[in-house]
Amino acid sequence: MENFDILNALILLANFVIVPAISYGSQLAIAALGITIVYAVLRFSNFAHGDLMSFGTMTAILFTWLFQNLGITGGVLPTALIALPFAIIVTALLCLLIDKSVYRFYRKQKSHAVVFMIVSVGVMFILNATVRFIIGPNDRTFFDGEKFLIRALDFKASTGLEEGLTIKSTQLITVIVAIITMLLLFYFLQKTKMGKAMRAYSNNEDLALLSGINPDRVVMITWIIVGALGTIAGVLYGLDKSFKPFTYFQLLLPMFAAAIVGGIGNPIGAVVGGYIIAFSEIMLTYAYKKFFIYLLPEHLEPSGLMQFLSTDYKFAISFIILVIVLIIRPTGVFRGKTI
Amino acid sequence: MIEKYRAPLAFLVMALLLAIVGFGQSWSVALGIINLCIISAIMALGVNLQWGYAGLFNAGVMGFTALGGLTAVLISHQPIYEAWSGAGSGILLSGFILISAGFGIYFVHKKIEKIILKRTLIIFIIGITLIGLNIFYGPSVSIIESINPAKTGFLGGLGLPIIVSWLVAAFVAGFVAWIIGKITLGLRSDYLAIATLGISEIVIAILKHEDWLSRGVRNVTGLDRPVPYEIELQKTTWFIDLIASINTSKLQAAQILSDRQDILNKLVIDGSSIFVKLCYAGLFILVLLIIYFLSHLALQSPWGRMLRAIRDNEDAASAMGKNIVAKHLQVFVIGSAIIGIAGAMLTTLDGQFTPGSYQPLRFTFIIWVMVIVGGSGNNLGSIFGGFFIWFMWIEAEPLSIAFISLLTNGLDYNSPLRMHLIASAPHLRLFIMGSILLLALRFMPRGVIPEKVSKE
Amino acid sequence: MNKYFSSSNMTGGYGGVDILNDCGIEVNQGEISVVVGPNGAGKSTAMKAMLGMITLKSGDVILNGKDISGLTPEDRVAQGIAFVPQTMNIFSELTVKENLEMGAFLRNDNINKTIEDIYKLFPILKDKKNQLAGELSGGQRQQVAVGRALMTKPSVLMLDEPTAGVSPIVMDELFDRIIEIKNTGVAIIIVEQNAKQALSIADFGYVLVGGKNKFTGKGSELLNNPEVRKAFLGG
Repeated sequence: MENFDILNALILLANFVIVPAISYGSQLAIAALGITIVYAVLRFSNFAHGDLMSFGTMTAILFTWLFQNLGITGGVLPTALIALPFAIIVTALLCLLIDKSVYRFYRKQKSHAVVFMIVSVGVMFILNATVRFIIGPNDRTFFDGEKFLIRALDFKASTGLEEGLTIKSTQLITVIVAIITMLLLFYFLQKTKMGKAMRAYSNNEDLALLSGINPDRVVMITWIIVGALGTIAGVLYGLDKSFKPFTYFQLLLPMFAAAIVGGIGNPIGAVVGGYIIAFSEIMLTYAYKKFFIYLLPEHLEPSGLMQFLSTDYKFAISFIILVIVLIIRPTGVFRGKTI
Repeated sequence: MIEKYRAPLAFLVMALLLAIVGFGQSWSVALGIINLCIISAIMALGVNLQWGYAGLFNAGVMGFTALGGLTAVLISHQPIYEAWSGAGSGILLSGFILISAGFGIYFVHKKIEKIILKRTLIIFIIGITLIGLNIFYGPSVSIIESINPAKTGFLGGLGLPIIVSWLVAAFVAGFVAWIIGKITLGLRSDYLAIATLGISEIVIAILKHEDWLSRGVRNVTGLDRPVPYEIELQKTTWFIDLIASINTSKLQAAQILSDRQDILNKLVIDGSSIFVKLCYAGLFILVLLIIYFLSHLALQSPWGRMLRAIRDNEDAASAMGKNIVAKHLQVFVIGSAIIGIAGAMLTTLDGQFTPGSYQPLRFTFIIWVMVIVGGSGNNLGSIFGGFFIWFMWIEAEPLSIAFISLLTNGLDYNSPLRMHLIASAPHLRLFIMGSILLLALRFMPRGVIPEKVSKE
Repeated sequence: MNKYFSSSNMTGGYGGVDILNDCGIEVNQGEISVVVGPNGAGKSTAMKAMLGMITLKSGDVILNGKDISGLTPEDRVAQGIAFVPQTMNIFSELTVKENLEMGAFLRNDNINKTIEDIYKLFPILKDKKNQLAGELSGGQRQQVAVGRALMTKPSVLMLDEPTAGVSPIVMDELFDRIIEIKNTGVAIIIVEQNAKQALSIADFGYVLVGGKNKFTGKGSELLNNPEVRKAFLGG
């Protein structure tokens, strides 16, 4: 059995670090894309994005309940996936409504970015209140369907290893949906006329106007995309963990950290940043004791938990990485915008 | 003409609103609101200094408030000698290790030129620190937390009068602000917002989870008071005489002596609560006035004028060779220190420290609403904003419930929709706050009491 | 008789200060008009006013006999006026080809032919078509900027100091290309600091001083006018 120690250690790491980090990273990446696109096109830091995600998720939950009542379910897949497109439509419409009633005014006035940021705080309050008013502030799980793709017990039985590997179906769903979302988004931005126009507008607003690009169209499409990204990220996170409005507000910090670390305003940066933050958060809060017990000879085995930081401080990790990046390379890994 | 009377008018309306609560509900309730209004006003002054004078977005007001609260505990609570003798040295040593690591990294970062050497050294310092903390910190914490965990389980404080903490809190909050400012000021304006948002979440996480320091979510209760206790007052002769002399007519109306005694007892109990709140109000108003006048002086000084010049035209100011970052750092530290003072006062008023109660909407963003609605850049405006928005925050809940009750009047009493709406009504107050903020930004962007534009 | 694209009696400026005082510039199709003058004479302002980027107190802008004074810059672009700003005149984060595509944003027909025409005019752009425009050299960036403007197949091309910051060799090359564009029948207005070189390719020239037309005339006339030479061309 000695020979399997390394394998056991790797499975342990996969089960508790790699698999969760990939799925959390995908969720963060989609969320950070929403932040970074608002920043690139509309040029402000959107404090309401966490609550926008929360609104989108709530809408998806309501649709899920509706479908469940109507007897429509996703079978092995969660019903929320059927609800997702409907939730995206509602959330995108909400974004357009907010833009028309709130942000447009300041855009016409060419207000400073920090004014937009404060305005987004007002929007945050209202979205937050709306979500709490409709669905309440409590924790909710809305997952149905087949829970596991691979169960630890089955894995142990079939491989004969001591360590089990669990892969939740939500983790696979997260990764697949996230990949599809990113591919669609990057196809749109790189290959379509409107996507290129969005990038052009983000890059050089005056020249975009001179080229006949209609700013209102660009802004409209931006908000639709942001609504969709927010809803997708929120639903994936909620399916994988659970839905609680306050948690979504707290996601603001890792989300912003992901966007800034990658280079704010740069979509690829947001994706990379999402995974950087997720992996760091999980790797630095994992207790490696058991991992080292497998790998090290008996007399070297660690006595402590071998944990860098307690899980209570996972938010601190986003922050620390953010600070390190700000000191070493303020524009982020991929050069983002500087104002 | 109207401009001139805006401030007095605004405060008159505010006084009327409070009087309505005083006469309608009770003066004890009204005074309770006023005390928190004053604390809110001080916080708003701090934020106004940063935002109104310098255009800095501090999204971490909650963190500085909580630091103030922690300071109140650490200054006023009796020291737990058992914990100190058991593990105090371990904690002190850990603190020493952390601080020297901080200095070490700073020194290496500043002095060493070669990137590779620099990074190796920094990683080396971090490694040493982690090992050191592993040896000293972990065991000390378990010792401290195991000592009488039901009652203490932490190091306690210095056992000084709690009012001392109001001053110390300014230094604690200011120091943390200095570190954040050093890192983020001079970078883009939104980075300060994100960084302060982050640091405040971390401060709360530390307070919730480092039980040896703050007892964590088990809270610290029964803190020292700078004012008399109600129970004591009720036994004090001069106080009873005072209440009796104020209410002579009421007492004489009662025919039987025992009735008269009952009435007096009730009056004394009510009076003691009002008296204590009045004492707090007096202290708080004193602090508010001091901070207001200092801010006012600062605003009028060359320093204040330069800050506003920088805010209004950063490029021109930097072209004139002004050191913008240094000025911003000063104002950020001072503003945060004021918020820290307010935080210590708040914990003093509560008599307890409850890390779990710090919510960013309540402690950061509401303060922002106060400053914006009151009038950015105007200290009187911030005070008014502090009063008005806190009043709205308190009254929004009953108002929302009343509104929903009215709205659902037609529905069946037990209908699930009505039950849900009534239960959710309190959340509407966030909606009201958001609406006030957005409406103010849109239709009154300079606030109720706008900044005076100096005539040049 | 107005020329194809003309402005007259233009007065106005930014924020109440009149930079232009009764100035007018005209150009015919297949001709180049050059605007020169000292710093602060209102050269760029005059051009921006003709594009509608500045609200004028008075003055008319006529395109092909039609008064376009009331149109927004975007509408004037749609009417066939193209403009190359002095700075920030490319999408630096987009590829060369995407820059050209964005120039043709308003067009719904097939733009490949126009792109090929521009590659013929500026062959280097074809080689670099998939490179980010921001990574190119100064001269190449100017080519991208002009190429982007030409994508609408404009009847009028306005260039604001196209040779600012490029080497003399690149400048000559760029002027040669501009003459080629002129020969396809486009009306061209150029604002220039390098007055001598610019006037040498001009069919018509304007010397602006204090927002007024100080001298007007054929390019060669101005070049030979002793007063103009003394004051603006360094003898």
